[in-house]
Amino acid sequence: MEVKDNSKQASGGKLKRIAGPVVTAVNLDAHMYDLVQVGNEGLMGEVIKIQRDEVIIQVYEDTSGIRPGEPVINTGLPLSIELGPGLLTSIYDGIQRPLEVLVQKMGDFIERGVSAPGLPRDKKWEFKPIVKEGDTVKPGSIIGEVQETNIVHKVMVPPKVNGGKVKSIKSGLFTVEEIVCTLDNGVELPMMQKWPVRVPRPVTEKMNPTIPLITGQRILDGLFPIAKGGTAAIPGPFGSGKTVTQQQLAKWSDAEIVVYIGCGERGNEMTEVLTEFPELEDPKTGKPLMERTVLIANTSNMPVAAREASVYTGITIAEYFRDMGYDVSLMADSTSRWAEAMREISSRLEEMPGEEGYPAYLAARLSEFYERAGLVHTLNGARGSVSVIGAVSPPGGDFSEPVTQNTLRIVKVFWALDAKLSQRRHFPAINWLNSYSLYLEQLHDWYDKEVSPEWNKLRSWAMEVLQKEAELQEIVQLVGSDALPDAEQLTIEIARMIREIFLQQNAYDKVDTFCDMTKQYAMMKAIRHFADLAYAAQLAGVSPLQIISVKSKNELQQIKFIEEYIPALQKIEADMENEFNALRSAS
Amino acid sequence: MKEYKTITKIAGPLVFVEKTEPIGYSELVNIVCHDGTVKRGQVLDTSDEVVVVQVFETTAGIGKDSGIRFTGETIKMPVGRDMLGRILSGGGKPIDGGPDIVPEKRLDITGAAINPYARASPHDFIQTGISTIDGMNTLVRGQKLPIFSGAGLPHNNVALQIARQAKVPGSKEPFAVVFAAMGITKEEANYFMQDFEKTGALERAVVFLNLADDPAVERIITPRLALTTAEYLAFELGMHVLVILTDMTNYCEALRQIGAAREEVPGRRGYPGYMYTDLASIYERAGIIKGKNGSVTQIPILTMPGDDITHPIPDLTGYITEGQIVVSRDLHRKGIYPPINVLPSLSRLMNLGIGKGQTREDHKKVSDQIYAAYAEGNDLRGLVAIVGKEALSDRDKLFLEFADLYEQKFVKQGSDEDRTIANTLDIGWDLLATLPIEQLVRIDRELIQKFHPKVREGAKA
Ligand SMILES: Nc1ncnc2c1ncn2[C@@H]1O[C@H](COP(=O)(O)OP(=O)(O)OP(=O)(O)O)[C@@H](O)[C@H]1O
Ligand SMILES: [Mg+2]
Repeated sequence: MEVKDNSKQASGGKLKRIAGPVVTAVNLDAHMYDLVQVGNEGLMGEVIKIQRDEVIIQVYEDTSGIRPGEPVINTGLPLSIELGPGLLTSIYDGIQRPLEVLVQKMGDFIERGVSAPGLPRDKKWEFKPIVKEGDTVKPGSIIGEVQETNIVHKVMVPPKVNGGKVKSIKSGLFTVEEIVCTLDNGVELPMMQKWPVRVPRPVTEKMNPTIPLITGQRILDGLFPIAKGGTAAIPGPFGSGKTVTQQQLAKWSDAEIVVYIGCGERGNEMTEVLTEFPELEDPKTGKPLMERTVLIANTSNMPVAAREASVYTGITIAEYFRDMGYDVSLMADSTSRWAEAMREISSRLEEMPGEEGYPAYLAARLSEFYERAGLVHTLNGARGSVSVIGAVSPPGGDFSEPVTQNTLRIVKVFWALDAKLSQRRHFPAINWLNSYSLYLEQLHDWYDKEVSPEWNKLRSWAMEVLQKEAELQEIVQLVGSDALPDAEQLTIEIARMIREIFLQQNAYDKVDTFCDMTKQYAMMKAIRHFADLAYAAQLAGVSPLQIISVKSKNELQQIKFIEEYIPALQKIEADMENEFNALRSAS
Repeated sequence: MKEYKTITKIAGPLVFVEKTEPIGYSELVNIVCHDGTVKRGQVLDTSDEVVVVQVFETTAGIGKDSGIRFTGETIKMPVGRDMLGRILSGGGKPIDGGPDIVPEKRLDITGAAINPYARASPHDFIQTGISTIDGMNTLVRGQKLPIFSGAGLPHNNVALQIARQAKVPGSKEPFAVVFAAMGITKEEANYFMQDFEKTGALERAVVFLNLADDPAVERIITPRLALTTAEYLAFELGMHVLVILTDMTNYCEALRQIGAAREEVPGRRGYPGYMYTDLASIYERAGIIKGKNGSVTQIPILTMPGDDITHPIPDLTGYITEGQIVVSRDLHRKGIYPPINVLPSLSRLMNLGIGKGQTREDHKKVSDQIYAAYAEGNDLRGLVAIVGKEALSDRDKLFLEFADLYEQKFVKQGSDEDRTIANTLDIGWDLLATLPIEQLVRIDRELIQKFHPKVREGAKA
């Protein structure tokens, strides 16, 4: 973020009180959410409350040493970020300061009072116009393209600019600030535009999503899919797998652009993404994953007001790429830290607290945020989408707390992490009984067409077996498994296979980390095949113990770790038939 | 320096001063009592009308006649090479009878956040010699891995055993220990000190002691002084520093006390709503920086009130640290040392520090398999209590026995027993060999061929 000093008035705003990240100024003309420069060092802040002659400001940097009487200058602009070539592969703090540039400017630790523009100023990009002189352009129209990474960056007319006829348009190497296009109404367009983060970017129309975001994670794609343009929440206690799941989605989901927000979480996790992503390849394009990724890192020990802003910065970047017609997915880890930042600021404003000290507007802020997701027709008529996946970190792992509850009221997919599963290293530790996806019906046709007409039935079958197992386990807890009838002992075994073979997926195994729909289908079909043979054998008098010790069943366990799995799977299924035939003829 | 005598209110650890010149937020304050003693504090809130000062020592002796001197700078800590081997108070003053520290630098104790872009990913395996840690919840350099314990459990012995035995196999780089005690008893402190002296570790250690009878508010700065020292040793002198902070529960109590004195709206169980952010400003001061030699590894210790892992102190800690080692009362009662329950324990950086070239190629899979088998055996114990052992299938009986064997052979070890990682993994394989091979579903075939004791014997024969 760079703050230009185009203050509309040279009013002599002065600090009156400083208490942590919230400061009070007097004698300042201001509107809500104006960006201000605080103190002799000009720290960035935002107006969050106005009462009588006092203006209350949240400051995005550490306020130590600031004294009453120091000046406050209003820029008259809302908190905005820069959008244009240079976003991809960047890592920003919550207010779009590039962390790489900050290291160059102030060393390994984040000191305050240093500003740096979001987009590099000196870098020249090859701009290729796609409109000609005389063409009519509207807000949102694409006027040219830049090959930014392996992604083509579409340069657009900003949404709030008046359209008109192109008077002149250039081609060649330009910086983001140089004018590449002028319109007959006098509007001059550089490649960069600015947008206030708290305002959603406009679209023509929102549509109902019908295509799943394929993530390569079996329990997600197979049982609880999220649609492209959909919303999902992943709540769970510490160490249950929120971050790993979000990172898996950032790596493997078939979005074209990924925005990953580390909101109030660990520094080392962001470093991990920074070191790992450039080395990983997109399974579809074979290009380094980093090239489609933008990172926002406002870790737990960075200023809390900037943490509050980080989710808005992230979603604005996501919307901007959506406007180019891309499918964008955004991960926010963790929305609870964002909510806590709101709570901290609110309590310093001495606002009347709502539930558990959170401000009364918590629910409104959460739903405004998730509403910025969606599948849309953009202003230029393209189809683009933003899918939002928010991690939630409930205190004590108790889902009845306000952030989880308010989130669940909005999102359509719920991936419930379960400490019991993570403790026994069942990963992803997503509870299959409590989780749900409200997109199943919308996505039904897609699975029918793109996977197999059998898929939806297989899915329902698997869910039924798992449900049945849960009921049977309750009985087992009372009387032991030997007391169950043979058929039900088999059901427990089949459910175990679904859990261990299909649901469990190791993010750290180089093959198993990603599993496409074809393989998911093949695996589930093989389990179903086994189940059919098993029940038939049982009816023919084969004992459960004999069925359970069928060797090919164990081979099935290994399929997930095998890259060229088709021949192996064919052999296993053939062996399965042979083994069961042998058992039946022996009995 | 100007001295004000305008105190209007003293409440708990807070002193309110009026009619001052503009005073900077979070400035260091000296308070001069009528008997000449000087106490230190910090500005929490500053305005034209009133300045609120939080005193780091007892407010006993402070009155309206006390003088207030604002120093114009934030709290700084003098640091230098000769701190090694020294014992300091929880406020940073030497208490070992030695000379004052010769400062090479004066550093701000709040410590700025490490720019995530400047961090290097931790990857050096630290061998602690304790199987449940090395094998199942591996510690790596630059990690923050707390010990969650309960009152009366041997967490101090575990921490000391780690401090004694921790090494990066094959590395000869300089290392140091920074030990910060917050509100622990004199007896506990002696226990640490004696062990440091006996093993010669004191020479390479810096000790900060805030004991149970020292002022509670001082505990707010003790860990920050310790971490400032650790960062200096690590990032300026290139040492690998292990920081032990004990007991973080006492730290959090002090935080709650100050929140109450400020009449803040309390969060869960009376702890301040900003406790997550506050704890993060301590725990996040661990790691490695690109292009620098040293590292800061943290082992904070906390006692969970009522052994409750969902209590805000362990809960918020677990949300910040990179895993946790959980000391269990059940195992302790069974006479097992170290009583580490691996099921709720976790090391999130484990995968970065293990595997071929670091520990051994089978490490991850062996650990996963032991976890799964132990969890299953442990569940069966509950079932056995209700339906009796007879109702179990043969398969289940094997898992039940596995759980017992695992606790006796793998978990249990001497407090001086320093196991190599190869040793730990081999014990793991011996245990897994008691289960049928086809039950080892977490391990790929190749590894079984290579490491399974029975398969290897079979191959030899
Ligand atoms: N899919 C997975 N495959 C293998 N291991 C996993 C998987 N998911 C989680 N884990 C294991 O669980 C650990 C904790 O996961 P993670 O860091 O994602 O938890 P979290 O829910 O984000 O916790 P916190 O709220 O504290 O950030 C990981 O370090 C990893 O060891
Ligand atoms: Mg996480």
